[in-house]
Amino acid sequence: MYPPRRCPKLEETNRSKRQRFLNKFTPYGFLSPYLIIYGVFGIFPVFFMVYLSFHMWNPVEGLGSMEFVGFENYVLGLTDPTLWQTMWNTLVMAVLSGVPQHLVALPMAYLLVMLGSRARHWFTTAYFLPYITSTVAVSMIFYVMYSKDSGIINAVLAQLADGSLTSWLFGGLKDVLPLGWVQENSLIRYSVSFVVWWKYVGFNIVIYTAGLATINPDLYEAATIDGANSWQRFTRVSLPLLKPFIFFGVTLTIIGNMNLFDEPYVLTVGGQFAQTAGKTISNYLYQIAWEWLDMGSAAAISWILFVVIGIFTGLYFWFFGRQGLGDE
Amino acid sequence: MKTQLKAGVAALSLMAATTFAADIRIDGFPDYDTQIEAIKGGLTEHNVTMLKNNHGDHHTKLKTNLATGSGAGDVVLIDVGFVGSFVNAGGFVDLSSQFGPMADNYADYAVAAGKGNDGKQYAVPVDLGPGVIYFRRDYMEDMGYDLNEVMTDWDTYIDYGRELKEKDILLIGNASAVANAYYRFNVGEGEGLYFDADGESLVTSERFVRAFELAKTIREEGLDGNISEWTEDWYAGFREGKFATQMSGAWLLGHLKNWIAPDNSGLWGVSHLPSGIYGTWGGSYLAIPKQASNPEAAWDLIEYMISEDIQMAGFENIAAFPAHTGTYDDPAFEEPIEYLRGQKARLMFAEIAENIIPVTPMKGDLVAEDLVNVALDKVLNDGVSIEKALADAERQIKRRVR
Repeated sequence: MYPPRRCPKLEETNRSKRQRFLNKFTPYGFLSPYLIIYGVFGIFPVFFMVYLSFHMWNPVEGLGSMEFVGFENYVLGLTDPTLWQTMWNTLVMAVLSGVPQHLVALPMAYLLVMLGSRARHWFTTAYFLPYITSTVAVSMIFYVMYSKDSGIINAVLAQLADGSLTSWLFGGLKDVLPLGWVQENSLIRYSVSFVVWWKYVGFNIVIYTAGLATINPDLYEAATIDGANSWQRFTRVSLPLLKPFIFFGVTLTIIGNMNLFDEPYVLTVGGQFAQTAGKTISNYLYQIAWEWLDMGSAAAISWILFVVIGIFTGLYFWFFGRQGLGDE
Repeated sequence: MKTQLKAGVAALSLMAATTFAADIRIDGFPDYDTQIEAIKGGLTEHNVTMLKNNHGDHHTKLKTNLATGSGAGDVVLIDVGFVGSFVNAGGFVDLSSQFGPMADNYADYAVAAGKGNDGKQYAVPVDLGPGVIYFRRDYMEDMGYDLNEVMTDWDTYIDYGRELKEKDILLIGNASAVANAYYRFNVGEGEGLYFDADGESLVTSERFVRAFELAKTIREEGLDGNISEWTEDWYAGFREGKFATQMSGAWLLGHLKNWIAPDNSGLWGVSHLPSGIYGTWGGSYLAIPKQASNPEAAWDLIEYMISEDIQMAGFENIAAFPAHTGTYDDPAFEEPIEYLRGQKARLMFAEIAENIIPVTPMKGDLVAEDLVNVALDKVLNDGVSIEKALADAERQIKRRVR
């Protein structure tokens, strides 16, 4: 006795249909947590911000209070002297902290590679530590060190100005001490830039050591045989071959520095100190949004910032992109 | 202590168990944590906890809570500086029916400021900030100066600073406080701090020009330390006796006594401001966000906190000056204050509170405050002329306040 025969063909097609469905959608199932979170916190805000930038909205009054104002927020932003002042502050700090990052990181990475792999691993870890430390924590430590009356920096400078061996060099400081590192408009950009430099130089060192590791040692050997000293090997062999890495590092620095927020925010105690020179455009749009409760205007300014960053990055690509990406 | 006990008994008899016991949270800023800790035992039917953040963070958090509709406490403390932008926001429970019958017991101007444009009471005053100047007695009478002479007007006050300078004592931590005091305390009837009744900016008026001039003189002659207020250096300045005066609301006493400089008891005194002007500096309100899970229990807490006895307890614990005018003839007002070397300062606070000219909170206050501070920073630190700085500020205020 056999059980009644079922149609194998039909069964087969059902199963393969299910199989095909699973094959097709299982990956999306696994991806969905990311897709949902990215959609809610990444994509939605972008479109919401476009919408917001054409409205006047006080968030405290709830979503119902939005009022359409057309391009008013953009006009207000583009004609706002504070916006251009903060844009300039951002640019100056971006250059002050960005250029030295690469000027130090490049030779540093080269030295580390020359020291051999064991030392390199130890040192890159050490230099990378500031990068993975919380920006707010780092900035608060620096804030304490920068403190006018109780900070270690002014204390050391005062010692140097008084010391019998060092007073010939630092004695002139006596008239200006204690320096208000984070209070003075004339100093704040340097104070902020130093923190940014300190935090991100390690990141660039890691990029460049990785880059140097990709260079074929035969090239150095050949150069040595041809009589090149280590400086020549650095400038003639390493640097040209590092171009794609430099390009990558500098692009990240441009984007990151134009978005500078945390360091100046903490060091100026939420914008209380040195507001003229120390406020970045991100700080300003935060102030407009959350202190002045004008979300629409802040959204418009962040689009203006987006365009500016786009222009800078675009110009950089235009001038250096072809070389940087290595297809000459 | 006695007051607290009395308060507890009063509260027990007062709250005839109209609501069920609940866990309620009040969100606020220092020094109210000290006050809540001291008085929460008296409100026996509810379990009160406090979420404390510093002044700035507390208000930022509150804005986020209102915008997103979640996360706020059952009761929130609001500084007077924010009341103007919050009462019309629609995020708070209308307390008119509960508070209305008792409103007469509270300082009129403060009650009015807690109302929205629709005339409903969204915020209830819990303390006021009579404007005063604290001074070091060891740099005043102990050095042979006469307080009344020093405080005759702003010029004699600055002269005092010049003499202190010769002894290496600063007149004040930061000259900006003098400018602040001047423009806060000379507000005309019916005006806001920065706007007139019609919402037109006042920041280029004589009141601001003179305020900026005073601060500039002090800075240029080196009579202040350019020490930013509410920073570690400023607290250290109090502890180490670096400066001789500080103008503020009466509430500064609570901060000095409780945490800034508790060891300096007996070294301080308090006075009317130069020229004997009256004004408010600070003050706080209580409100219930619509998102609160326990609005009835939250009102019980507010009612308790603004009751006469607890108002007095707040006055003793944290020098929060009562909004309840019925307290002003309490015998406790006659008590000498040890921290102020036995001065009967409360009588003076009450006298100031009764003479305060109401300042109307306005929609653009937050924007104007920031921009005026930027202008002051430019004048004091960057040598920009007063006229230019104020004109710039006014132009920006006009653009930003829509």
